[in-house]
Amino acid sequence: MADHAQAEPHTLAPHQQHQFETMEQQQETSTLGMWAFLVTEVMFFGGLFGAYTVYRYLYPQAFSAASHHLNYIIGAINTGVLIGSSMTMALAVRAAQLGNRRSQVVFLLLTIVLGSTFLGIKVVEYHDKFVHHLVPGANFRFEGPRESQIFFSLYFAMTGMHAVHMIIGIGMLSTLTVLAWRGNFSSQYYTPVELGGLYWHFVDIVWIYLFPLLYLIRGG
Amino acid sequence: MSEHVVPFKIYAVIFATLLLLTLVTVDVATYNFGMMNIYVALAVATTKATLVILYFMHVRYAPALVAVFAAAGFVWLLLLLTFALSDFLTRGWIVGFMG
Repeated sequence: MADHAQAEPHTLAPHQQHQFETMEQQQETSTLGMWAFLVTEVMFFGGLFGAYTVYRYLYPQAFSAASHHLNYIIGAINTGVLIGSSMTMALAVRAAQLGNRRSQVVFLLLTIVLGSTFLGIKVVEYHDKFVHHLVPGANFRFEGPRESQIFFSLYFAMTGMHAVHMIIGIGMLSTLTVLAWRGNFSSQYYTPVELGGLYWHFVDIVWIYLFPLLYLIRGG
Repeated sequence: MSEHVVPFKIYAVIFATLLLLTLVTVDVATYNFGMMNIYVALAVATTKATLVILYFMHVRYAPALVAVFAAAGFVWLLLLLTFALSDFLTRGWIVGFMG
């Protein structure tokens, strides 16, 4: 048993860690680990969605009235921009799988541009809320139910935390772009691009729920 | 690497479907279905999220254990919301008895 380690000195691929039998096993382990992290992210945002659920149930009129002060056309455009960035991210991962360095860099850069566009539009929206005194606090002015302030608190908390994730994501994408440009990835090893993609798509999913829940409260 | 490379065509179809569903959710919100609005909005959002998870996040092509992890996150979130609502939704029910 003692010489078992020497018995099978399996040769390692360039990016293979010694504890993994194959590159495939290594990749699957990383993917599972990333999903474990994303589950904690679901729980993190889940707290905010839980608070939203309870308060929307308690004050439906206030939520509806407040929601009318969000521009749903801008929100819809931003949803399209973010879905577009998910598309370019998926294509960046695909380019990495195919070992195409050039299109990998191009798609990563496009994802950064679209992500930044989303944040830029968000800045315009936030500015609009400040100008119209819709930011919770001493200067909050709203003609309507006073519980509307709860809606705007949740609006800023939820979209704010989402934006923080976007900013972290853009930092991550920038790093990946440099690594891809240097030719660090190949069709044999592209795990960082794959995991970066998982994170980016997760942030997209959060927004997919935020958009109808915040911008589209009509009727009931 | 043996991982499945998804054809471009599939990504394009998913992308177009996601954009279409965004338009649907905006359009549906202009009608007043009362309480049904929130359920329709959540159904559309969940459909979109499922498409992103299965295709963009490759869960459809990943080992089953990855799918179990992904599902666990959302099931536990559902538990959180269910228990919170089972409290708040039922508070009025006993007012008649308690006075």
